[in-house]
Amino acid sequence: MAALLEVKDLRTYFYTFEGVVKAVDGVSYEVDEGETLGLVGESGCGKSVSALSLMRLIPDPPGKTVGGEVLFEGEDILRIDMDDMRRIRGAKMAMVFQEPMTSLNPVLTLEKQLSETLQLHKGMGREGSRQEAINLLARVGIPDAERRVRQYPHQFSGGMRQRVMIAMALSCNPRLIIADEPTTALDVTIQAQILELMKNLTKEFGVALIVITHNLGVVARYSDRVNIMYAGKIVERGLAREIYGNPRHPYTVGLLKSVPRLDQPRRAKLDPIEGHPPDLVNLPPGCAFRERCRWAVEKCSKDTPPLMPVGDGHWAACWRSEELGPKVLEFQAERAAEQEKTQPRFQPNQPAESKQP
Amino acid sequence: MTTMPTIHTQTVRDVQKGEILLEVKNLKMYFPVTSGLVFQRTVANIKAVDDVSFFVRRGETLGVVGESGCGKTTTGRCILQLYKPTAGEIIFEGRDLTKLSTREMRLMRREMQVIFQDPYSSLNPRMTAGNIIGEPLIVHGLVRNRNEYKERVGELLEHVGLNPYMADRFPHEFSGGQRQRIGVARALSVDPKFIVADEPVSALDVSIQAQIINLMEDLQERFSLTYLFIAHDLSVVRHISDRVAVMYLGHFVEIADRVEIYRNPLHPYTKALLSAVPIPDPIIDAQRERILLAGEVPSPLNPPSGCVFHPRCPIAVEQCSQVVPELREVEQMHWVACIRVPGYGTP
Repeated sequence: MAALLEVKDLRTYFYTFEGVVKAVDGVSYEVDEGETLGLVGESGCGKSVSALSLMRLIPDPPGKTVGGEVLFEGEDILRIDMDDMRRIRGAKMAMVFQEPMTSLNPVLTLEKQLSETLQLHKGMGREGSRQEAINLLARVGIPDAERRVRQYPHQFSGGMRQRVMIAMALSCNPRLIIADEPTTALDVTIQAQILELMKNLTKEFGVALIVITHNLGVVARYSDRVNIMYAGKIVERGLAREIYGNPRHPYTVGLLKSVPRLDQPRRAKLDPIEGHPPDLVNLPPGCAFRERCRWAVEKCSKDTPPLMPVGDGHWAACWRSEELGPKVLEFQAERAAEQEKTQPRFQPNQPAESKQP
Repeated sequence: MTTMPTIHTQTVRDVQKGEILLEVKNLKMYFPVTSGLVFQRTVANIKAVDDVSFFVRRGETLGVVGESGCGKTTTGRCILQLYKPTAGEIIFEGRDLTKLSTREMRLMRREMQVIFQDPYSSLNPRMTAGNIIGEPLIVHGLVRNRNEYKERVGELLEHVGLNPYMADRFPHEFSGGQRQRIGVARALSVDPKFIVADEPVSALDVSIQAQIINLMEDLQERFSLTYLFIAHDLSVVRHISDRVAVMYLGHFVEIADRVEIYRNPLHPYTKALLSAVPIPDPIIDAQRERILLAGEVPSPLNPPSGCVFHPRCPIAVEQCSQVVPELREVEQMHWVACIRVPGYGTP
């Protein structure tokens, strides 16, 4: 399959009084037609900014996409003028935002909001777009669409609003949908409904999907490929089963191990990643994760590791990713043995934010 | 008068695990919906918590899970008397909290504390971390002089993995995880026996969540704390709780041991909830059976008749819309409120 979207060395910086925040710093990946890509990372790692950069929705100033290319259907959309961009946005690339509560206009009916894109991009008339809006709402599983289309956002629940957002994104048959934390604001049972809906719709319409999330569980089932971001960079990318089954970056390992899992027996202790994410202003050279890394060596503080191939369609940005496979197993065994004998569990006076020895 | 605890953080309290510390009986919390500007009449009631009974044993963690709006936070707040319950008894160490006077209740607050969900809005931005942690010490008269105060605040900061010199900083100078540590230290300051943790990790990043959970477990062991742990994340609740209660629309639908409830969930809502939790492994997750519930949680303003879950329930029968099922112990230490569960008996 041909790549629908190719992101090459994308850099988006924010110029603030404290200094330059390199929110997205040299990110490259591609999305194939009809594929689902998961973009995973913690808050502040640049995952939302990278998505907004693709849509060219970064507020300027203070933000600016300072480098890179975004090839969408072969065309570099960072170079085209804003009028052309407007024709792509909503029509060929659409976005589902995180908060369904705040991203709908509270003073317009859904009919107005849904018809707007249809009239603008498809040149539909008032009656036609109204009919289409009703069809769309029915598509995303909103009962009684005929009546509901005349209502305002506050008359809908959170899950319903997210369905409306999805309907809006689908309205012009886009080639690519970017969903920024589509289920974070929702309850688990509703989250399951929405994810299932998105999977079915993308399959049905052959739309490519980028799902941005901080929850590794959410993307596991629905993504073909996964990118893990940390401090503005992609630290690991690969096929979903590779990332989850054979993680090769210490951050990915840490993320996977710090969450309790329902399918595994309960562990005595969770394995957190010590410390907290770095300040993106004036980030020192070297690997941004080294302060929190169990396996950091001297080289890590000197040279920034590039994404290096570590397997079939699998890259990791770690100097020690080659050793990491066996190391992880070793560490797990060590940890298990340790847990059996540790007494007492609590060690006072050890600042928890300090680096793991 | 109950005897007040002195400051003895290093010694572990003599704990008899298994003894009932807190018992909630038929708790009801209705919020009135009023109409009219001058003469406000009550036109309806939001039944946030409707006839809930349970107990918490000394030294254990009872996890309460449910979707937003199911009443889990309200339950926690009623226990702490932050809301005056509409009906019911809350018996803490043999005394009914609903019958205490304001003064008696204030003394009781030394025994029970709360950790709030959002570390960004629950700390006063104009107070230093030290003052936030130290305020309860002054309010309750637990320190005699300035030195003692400073020493105690420093000690509390160390307990939660922060450094004593951080006492002079303001909340905005801390990261989310560190702020939640301050919230924990504040709760610990009066040396309580019981802590209601209201979604303490939901607002944090995953890598930080594990740090706070480990901290809470360490502190529980060290200070013999009893937790009521409110959360919507079932995997987190399983990790930290000894027993788990599942709440739906103001009712407890199932209570059981944590191993039991995940291995053998009986209530159809618990089953659906468990199956909806995503597992971070594409191969395992794809093999799991997923029960998708139709529709959404009904409004507590106008809850369904009979069993409140029946409109979404995959196994509901006609009778479900007529009788309100009570919690019954169908297996050893396993309570469930569903007439369709084998062994429940006649409704």
